[in-house]
Amino acid sequence: MTEKLLEVKNLKKYFKTAKGLLHAVDDINFSINKGETLGLVGESGCGKSTTGRVVLRLLEASGGEVLFNGEDILQYNKKQMSAFRENAQIVFQDPFASLNPRMSVSEIIAEPFIINKKSMSKTERYQKVKKLMETVGLASRLENTYPHELDGGRRQRIGIARALALNPSFIVQDEPVSALDVSIQAQILNLMEDLQKEFGLTYLFISHDLSVIKHVSNNIAVMYLGKIVEMTDFSSIFKDPLHPYTKALLSAIPIPNVDDDLERILLEGDVPSPIAPPPGCRFYGRCFMRKDICKDVTPELLQVSEGRYCACHVVHGQDG
Amino acid sequence: MSKEKLLDIEKLTIHYVTDDGVVCAVNDLNLSLDRGETVGLVGETGAGKTTTALGILRLVPNPPGKIIGGKIFLDGENLIAKTESEMRKIRGNKVSMIFQDPMTSLNPVIPIGEQIAEVISLHERVTAKEALKKAEEMLEKVGIGAERSKEFPHQFSGGMRQRVGIAIALACNPELLIADEPTTALDVTIQAQVLELMRGLKKEFNTAMIMITHDLGIVAKICDKVAIMYAGSIVEFADKYDLFKNPKHPYTVGLFGSIPNIKNDDDTLKPIMGLMPDPSNLPSGCPFHPRCEQAGAECAQVVPANVDIGNNHFVKCVLFRKQEVE
Ligand SMILES: Nc1ncnc2c1ncn2[C@@H]1O[C@H](COP(=O)(O)OP(=O)(O)OP(=O)(O)O)[C@@H](O)[C@H]1O
Ligand SMILES: Nc1ncnc2c1ncn2[C@@H]1O[C@H](COP(=O)(O)OP(=O)(O)OP(=O)(O)O)[C@@H](O)[C@H]1O
Ligand SMILES: [Mg+2]
Ligand SMILES: [Mg+2]
Repeated sequence: MTEKLLEVKNLKKYFKTAKGLLHAVDDINFSINKGETLGLVGESGCGKSTTGRVVLRLLEASGGEVLFNGEDILQYNKKQMSAFRENAQIVFQDPFASLNPRMSVSEIIAEPFIINKKSMSKTERYQKVKKLMETVGLASRLENTYPHELDGGRRQRIGIARALALNPSFIVQDEPVSALDVSIQAQILNLMEDLQKEFGLTYLFISHDLSVIKHVSNNIAVMYLGKIVEMTDFSSIFKDPLHPYTKALLSAIPIPNVDDDLERILLEGDVPSPIAPPPGCRFYGRCFMRKDICKDVTPELLQVSEGRYCACHVVHGQDG
Repeated sequence: MSKEKLLDIEKLTIHYVTDDGVVCAVNDLNLSLDRGETVGLVGETGAGKTTTALGILRLVPNPPGKIIGGKIFLDGENLIAKTESEMRKIRGNKVSMIFQDPMTSLNPVIPIGEQIAEVISLHERVTAKEALKKAEEMLEKVGIGAERSKEFPHQFSGGMRQRVGIAIALACNPELLIADEPTTALDVTIQAQVLELMRGLKKEFNTAMIMITHDLGIVAKICDKVAIMYAGSIVEFADKYDLFKNPKHPYTVGLFGSIPNIKNDDDTLKPIMGLMPDPSNLPSGCPFHPRCEQAGAECAQVVPANVDIGNNHFVKCVLFRKQEVE
């Protein structure tokens, strides 16, 4: 039985800028089942972090709904929000920026208990911190060290411990391993997998690295300039990508394999500006499959087959 | 075509002397490269990759950095013995470098065409007009229209700035190009464009290249040889095919086990345990032994010899000493 924990409907986030309205997240839909991971992948500036933040209401949405256990959290009052905040956490790319340099490791991990006014004795709190450190693989001798004394991998473990402190059911992972060396990255990815199994966690996992995304995700959403262009289960996207952008993205990944001689699709040009985007497909200017209709009509994310969604006129045209 | 040696680094050792101690960034490093060949220099943060590159160009900041010993032969001439004014003629001409962030090497207030022309004028006897013309040709070669040569770096995207960096580096047709993580800051689709460009130009000019990267995928795409660097020394060196199909050093094996593979559905990660050692406090013996699952008592005591296990595949690990007698 799969049950939706999170469902996002027509979510939008626009920023006012001097040059016009910036469409950071522009009418996206997705859902995540309990205990599963949705990988959100795309290049710099496509709106991944903004999505993660709006879903947690760290940023206010410009429109749409964020259903958590069926309730729209965008309608929540302050009190309801604080309960939600305990249940939904975030882990950032650069743990350093999010950790208070004047606090020791154990103080940082204990902070959520204090902020959320959890009534517990000091010893009780200390026991919890110790347990959390153990859970994320931080040696207890590190409890009195400070973030700057630790390497990136350990700092990320602190960020994870803190996110876990209040027993959340949902965690937004915003590029949690992007700043780490591969050998450390693998340690952290394995840790997250173990924690997900142990605590039944649901993840929205944001990354620009498709091989990491594939490793951690049940479903994958590919984003381009504020839009989800393709959404599917993890394996079909790699075997049979539908959207031309997904195809190009996949073929651009250098695969650490010397026998691989995949045909490369080299995209022309750069990502266009997200400010006041013209109608039509956002990928039009770089697309190698474009047709006239793509220039003026925005393609919708439509179902192509069971569990597979794609926003591309050409793909839908071919299918029907 | 017979192979001709271009670069030969012997026992290069570089330290940074700081208040907190001596950072042994590069230790007894050996590396050689033939003309026109590309070697991938792979390693994690702090392995000493950039320091090695700066050493070749004699640009290690001093203080705190100091080349303690070793020889760097380029075309048979030892760069370590050159004076600063001799080095100035070599840099940008025989050897040039591309950096991770092109902004650090580009001057923000000079139009890009002029910046390329400047390098050309410095090394070639040309008039200002000829230099500018050649600069425009270089821009076209890296896929930027000559009409944009009067624009400033900030008017270009990250990928285009890196193309400008490439144009500058290749303007004088160097024999050796050192690229230090040239695409790390770029998105993958832009990275693919830049790598394709570099591969094409390298072939056209027959430039040898040291490609510094932490990405084994990039190595698979564009290198001929691979050098795996750990804690300041090269622990494994081989032909690309050899190294990918037959990695020997436990660290190399660990690196491959750490990368998620999109070609494979069952991809359990087998990470390397522990952390990179602190280069100001390196472990005795083999620098990898505290993290190595196969380490024996001896590994903490002796620095393993660099052994050719056949086919110019070198490994620095006692597990492969047996072949030494052959
Ligand atoms: N506070 C803000 N004000 C104005 N524009 C913003 C703001 N935050 C983000 N943006 C813009 O919104 C777009 C999406 O940004 P976002 O950070 O969500 O991208 P991302 O996919 O996370 O990129 P990256 O991979 O670089 O982290 C970008 O064009 C960005 O410049
Ligand atoms: N100017 C300096 N002063 C002191 N130590 C330095 C200096 N530059 C580099 N180091 C140290 O020397 C070691 C090797 O650094 P280097 O920059 O060569 O590594 P790298 O392999 O290029 O790493 P990265 O992948 O992070 O670029 C590191 O421990 C680094 O902290
Ligand atoms: Mg982001
Ligand atoms: Mg470096």
